[in-house]
Amino acid sequence: MSQTTSADAPARTRRPSGGLDIPKLLLEGRAFIALIVIIVIFSFLSPNYFTVNNLLTMSAHVAVYAILAIGMLLVILNGGIDLSVGSTVGLSGVIAGFLMQGVKLPGMEVTLYPAVWVCAVCALAVGAFVGWVNGMLVAKAGVAPFVATLGTLYVVRGAALLITGGLTYPNLRGDPALGNTGFDLLGFNRILGIPTGVMVMIVIALLGSFLLNRTAFGRWLYASGGNQRAAELSGIPVKKVQIRIYVASGTCAAIAGVIIASELTSANPTAGNSFELTAIAAVVIGGAALSGGRGNIRGTLLGAFVIGFLSDGLVIIGVSEYWQMVFKGAVIVIAVMLNRIEVRSKRIKNAGAPSAPPPGQAGAGPGSSGTPPAVNTAKP
Amino acid sequence: MNEVVLRAQNVTKRYGGTQALKGVDFEVLKGRVTSLFGENGAGKSTLMKILSGIEQPTSGSLELRGEPVEFADTVEARDRGISIIHQELSLSPNLSVRDNIFMGREITGKAGMVDYAAERRIAKELMERLEEPIDPDTKVSDLRLGQQQIVEIARALSVDARILIMDEPTSALSASEVEVLFKVIRDLTAAGVSIVYISHHLEEAIEISDHAVVLRDGLIVAQAEIADVDLDWIVGNMVGRGFDLGSPPSPEHFGEVALRIDQAMVADPANPERLSVNGVSIDVRAGEVVCIYGLMGAGRTELLEALAGRVPLVGGSFTVLGQDISGLNISERIALGLGLVPEDRQRDGLVQTMSVGRNLSLASLGTFLKGLVLSRQEEKDLIQKMIKDVRVKTAGPNAAIGSLSGGNQQKVVIGKMLATNPKVILLDEPSRGIDIGAKSEVFGLLSELAEQGLAVLYSTSEVGECLSIANRVIVLSKGRISAEFDAATTTKEQIMAASGESAVAA
Repeated sequence: MSQTTSADAPARTRRPSGGLDIPKLLLEGRAFIALIVIIVIFSFLSPNYFTVNNLLTMSAHVAVYAILAIGMLLVILNGGIDLSVGSTVGLSGVIAGFLMQGVKLPGMEVTLYPAVWVCAVCALAVGAFVGWVNGMLVAKAGVAPFVATLGTLYVVRGAALLITGGLTYPNLRGDPALGNTGFDLLGFNRILGIPTGVMVMIVIALLGSFLLNRTAFGRWLYASGGNQRAAELSGIPVKKVQIRIYVASGTCAAIAGVIIASELTSANPTAGNSFELTAIAAVVIGGAALSGGRGNIRGTLLGAFVIGFLSDGLVIIGVSEYWQMVFKGAVIVIAVMLNRIEVRSKRIKNAGAPSAPPPGQAGAGPGSSGTPPAVNTAKP
Repeated sequence: MNEVVLRAQNVTKRYGGTQALKGVDFEVLKGRVTSLFGENGAGKSTLMKILSGIEQPTSGSLELRGEPVEFADTVEARDRGISIIHQELSLSPNLSVRDNIFMGREITGKAGMVDYAAERRIAKELMERLEEPIDPDTKVSDLRLGQQQIVEIARALSVDARILIMDEPTSALSASEVEVLFKVIRDLTAAGVSIVYISHHLEEAIEISDHAVVLRDGLIVAQAEIADVDLDWIVGNMVGRGFDLGSPPSPEHFGEVALRIDQAMVADPANPERLSVNGVSIDVRAGEVVCIYGLMGAGRTELLEALAGRVPLVGGSFTVLGQDISGLNISERIALGLGLVPEDRQRDGLVQTMSVGRNLSLASLGTFLKGLVLSRQEEKDLIQKMIKDVRVKTAGPNAAIGSLSGGNQQKVVIGKMLATNPKVILLDEPSRGIDIGAKSEVFGLLSELAEQGLAVLYSTSEVGECLSIANRVIVLSKGRISAEFDAATTTKEQIMAASGESAVAA
């Protein structure tokens, strides 16, 4: 039972009606193979690695990254990037913590203690708002996604630190007398023995999968990421799509933020620092193209598991933190190199000219002799 | 002196599903200008790219002065004395004229330092030779297009090439600049340099050439000494005699006016103070095919893009089936029955990351939406129907869009719009970059659609395409309608004369 819990979770969230196709998974999914290799190696190196308890603990760590990565995937499918998610993790946790501490109404000697669900919803709303700002900056103001979200990265982190004055809100367990207990349920506790975060991750992955594969919005997203001009001329509201995906990414970040705050039962304004990079790495390891239009939830989940299981494994066998960074970086680069090989071989196969593949035709579709590539792209 | 310096033997080139060259034997003669004629997509540029090492042939061989050669890239070709002036400018706008001329071949002196003084001196000499005394330190982005083209020519000259390939070298040059270029060409040939010349300006090409070679549909169909031939011979061989692009729909089936363009004005996107469409009025009735003929910059694309809703009107109005569409966005216009097949298929028509089927269904997702969910069965049915209706040759709906030939990709873009059940279909240069067989299929399809009651408005810059399936031909010149013809009674000459295109008049 314990063997399948972790490895199966990503596979199960494939296209709902697709069923399991193990050979295809092995062939396509280098991330999947990498995950198996990681599990096998660390199981040999440490007797504690391959235990139910450790797998669940690691999955709880993975869940946070995976939730962020699913939001990031939506943005990357559109050809954008969201660097602000790490800061949003911090801010949303702080918002939840701030409300849990009780809000003194000005002018009155009353302190309001909102119910836990109110705190959580407010935190998510703040995350969605940050995403909306990103979306408006990118879609309406025409700021490059990298720059727009780099800006919000700083603004949001600053806001989180300002709210707490740089301190951490401790002990968010609530008080039965005030009726605001239960915050720890969102991350600290387990439901049926499974960490809440993992459950949330599964729900978000299923929702995301449904969104991408079955709804018109999913198709809009793939189309506008693949070729925004063509999508626009096909009547797709490309700006609306853009705004919504940043809202989705911000919301995912806030969910992750609330889960982390609950896990620690405290809200640290510096939580989630550099998580955006881990999320991007997961998406990229999962086979998505940073140029947009290519990628799926299954791959992204695998990517998150690869990173999470690798870093936890390194911690368990006692590798120094510095070496952990080296390994993580190497895995990211190797995974992306493998993806490039796959994309290229697919293209050659599709071009139907195995003898002389045109080099350097990466972006341009073949067949348009009227629009030759510039000379300096003749070599890839 | 008919010494062959470069010979291509049985060269073929395949891009994806498109056979751009189907076995070409081509000779470059010493000290002579060989002109290559052919329509868009005939394979001229592909052949030149193979001769200059940009592309490698799928099969066949090259022989330089009797020795077999293979060029891995342009640097190898350049080292063997073959240089090319590109159809599209390949300059770095952020660098100076001097840096562009010596890009990749910097003159280095002691310790690997670039000898800027020497570069500047040579660049200056080259520019003087081309009678365009631009300071070599000027940034290329500060030059107008024609001057940029001259820099491009200077760069090719700086190599001291023995074979110089010129692909549309004069497209942005003024008449006097062309004269200077021709003088330089004559100097070069007198010095034994061989020139391969490609130009859409046929008369200009005839003036400078010694030898004419005509390509059509990836094959050389005719070649002769220029002294023995005339323009009619070239045009006849380019187009192919007796090739039928279809016939216009019969006027008795015309219905109500489906599309009314009234005094439309569209601003030039590059320069908002200028109007690229200035007071154009056209009515298209259901069942009618109307052709807009015009040269580059006549305002064809701008008008059609404004109709589709991509760029705003600054004056006038558009009416579809009696409804003013000025306030509608692109998807609302599609819903009303107006669809555009854009000029640049790769840039505006297709999503390369999606399959053939998904490209086909892209504009009509709403028709098989059940609540939140796209109905897979209905989508599949629609895709199958469209593949059949527009006769896309594909391995299946899941094939990659890049695996299709240009003509079949074009059919996918047309099918995508037809799937939305349009009443009016707009096509911007529907034959661009597709071979002649696919062209006749596309035009045949348009004619059939008109017979079924669709209003068809298409634009073209090839006069032969005006007189095939259109009922009426409207000539645009500099943003205005300069003439309107009944296609049944007009001639190519009349149309070309009205467009202000005298150089190509046959």
